[in-house]
Amino acid sequence: MVSNELAINIENLGFHYPGNDGVTFSGLNLKVKKGERFGLFGPNGAGKTTLLSLMTGLLSADQGTVQLLGHDVRKHSNKVNALFGFVPQDFSFYQELSPVENLEFFGAWAGLSKGQVKKKTDELLTILGLENVRDKQVDKFSGGMKRRVNLAIGVIHNPSVLILDEPTVGVDVQTRHAIINYLLELNKNGTTLIYTSHQLSEAEGLCEQVALIDSGEIIAHDSLTELLKEHEKDSLEGLFLELTGKEYRNDV
Amino acid sequence: MYKLWATIIKDARVLWRDGVGLALMFVMPIVLVVVITDIQNSTFQLINKNKLPVLVCNRDTGASAKQLVEAIKKVGMFSVSDLPKNQDEKAIADSMKKNDALMSIIIPADFTRKVMAKSKTTAGKALTSFGLQADSTQKDLGDLEPLKLYYNPVLQESIRLSVKGALQSALQLVESRQTLRSLYFSINEKPLPSKLEDEMLNNKAAINDIPVAINGSLKPPNAAQHNVPAWTIFAMFFVIMSLGGSVVREKVSGSFIRLKTLPTNYIVGMLSKQIVYVGVTILQAVVIFSLGIWFFPLINLPALNLPADILGLLIVTILTGWCAVSYAICVGVFSETHQQNNGFGAISIVILAAIGGLMVPTFTMDTSLKTIANFSPMHWCLEAYYDLFLENGRLSNIVGYLVPLVLITLLLQLIAFWGLKRKNLI
Repeated sequence: MVSNELAINIENLGFHYPGNDGVTFSGLNLKVKKGERFGLFGPNGAGKTTLLSLMTGLLSADQGTVQLLGHDVRKHSNKVNALFGFVPQDFSFYQELSPVENLEFFGAWAGLSKGQVKKKTDELLTILGLENVRDKQVDKFSGGMKRRVNLAIGVIHNPSVLILDEPTVGVDVQTRHAIINYLLELNKNGTTLIYTSHQLSEAEGLCEQVALIDSGEIIAHDSLTELLKEHEKDSLEGLFLELTGKEYRNDV
Repeated sequence: MYKLWATIIKDARVLWRDGVGLALMFVMPIVLVVVITDIQNSTFQLINKNKLPVLVCNRDTGASAKQLVEAIKKVGMFSVSDLPKNQDEKAIADSMKKNDALMSIIIPADFTRKVMAKSKTTAGKALTSFGLQADSTQKDLGDLEPLKLYYNPVLQESIRLSVKGALQSALQLVESRQTLRSLYFSINEKPLPSKLEDEMLNNKAAINDIPVAINGSLKPPNAAQHNVPAWTIFAMFFVIMSLGGSVVREKVSGSFIRLKTLPTNYIVGMLSKQIVYVGVTILQAVVIFSLGIWFFPLINLPALNLPADILGLLIVTILTGWCAVSYAICVGVFSETHQQNNGFGAISIVILAAIGGLMVPTFTMDTSLKTIANFSPMHWCLEAYYDLFLENGRLSNIVGYLVPLVLITLLLQLIAFWGLKRKNLI
């Protein structure tokens, strides 16, 4: 259920990488309401991952503010870190360990007690279809299974805001379907989803609110239905190509 | 506390599954310590227990030459073999090669005649100086022809000089005996009694050689006492392959980034790594010391004797492990890839070991290298261990080595922390 409270509130954001190497933001504003399913899309090098890093406090803004559920992400990092979950594009966990061992470790770091970790681990492994491989080393898993482990770690502490950077890249149809359904279920239970991907057809089924970003600027932000109507398009991909062009983007 | 415990368990599991890292930390040092101790023990035996094989080509048939050969045999450091007196230089060189002799001594053909003549001349001069009449018929035959000492160039200069000293001593004995006999005969017109001759020639002040130890223990050091502590330090620093690699893996896989988004300070992660890997370094020391104590005697190597101050030993081991772990974390933080970590790590450890005195003792280094040695943490670890193992020192004797070791460790920790901050990893 979408409320009027803001999950993310970015105001007048300014950022550049050292030596101006990469994307630059100047006066960027973005608001995501609590309970929304928000999709951030753009070509390679547009600034999606950088913007997610600024939302999570991994990078510091040069100017402006980034608030998550009303807290400044840099000033209250420990408090903010307990409120959101992050599912990075990379398999950011220990492949030498089993799913259970990874969840035990990341659950503890997320601030859960031993009992809470055990309960949540059992629940997540069942939901994400990893129960029968719970004690096997992850480095022997397929790409799809690793994606599910990656997701499980991101949600083990029941975050209010879940930030996902291409969570379904390189997975089969079954895994994609399972992940999207699980994300929709989380959203039904009140989790705000902030999602970025190049899988635009998948995004159409997941996101209600959409923002398109290019060269560090938000070039469109509205509900998906309104944007398609406004630009007289019948798909997110058509809208994307109209607003960002058809040229190759070389992100070095 | 649960966070730290969960992290320790995680690090221990990751380490346990790192087969290559474990092999590098345990198997490699064990092989190294056994091989190096065996090699050094053989060298030690060669120099200290075995006699130096020497060939003697006596071209003279006189009594003085025979006395010289006997005196050389009595020196105690030579195993003497005789060569036929007519061998030329090439034949002598061939004989040295054939008999594995590092040296050969050639006594010239007129050695006895010239020693006799020289002793009579010396005795005559002495008699004249006493106001007595000397034998005026004695002709001066000129200086003694020098003995020739052929040596294999591999022989260390220090050993060659020792041999020359021993030969001079034997030569002096022969000449003194002859001079004494001539002098006695000239005065008393009868031969010198052998008992008196012995008393006069062997009446030398005794030399007692005593090894120095801080606390009065006189256990002689052996190859095990030297090598086991040195290569244990080397082994401990090799945790860089596993620990540095683990830090690099966390950075490359993005685990660092994910951990940064969780409500726990990465200091917990660093503390856990230090606890786990200092534990590993202590285990390495226990395994290697145990080998020295119980396994070495089974393969005819000298057993390792633990120092009397076990608390001191434990403290040095923990501090050495902590320093090795700090160095590994530091290199891991600044390495971008496994190749960088492993390449730089391995080479830098060999260099630190070399300048720290693990391979060549620091006292043999020149002044500038001795100064550089102070910057190698291994130098301080080794000095502390040697005081305990070789000189039976106590904790109070090694504080001076532990303070610089702790300072270097803290500096490495600070550099690692700064590196993590600079790379936006914490």
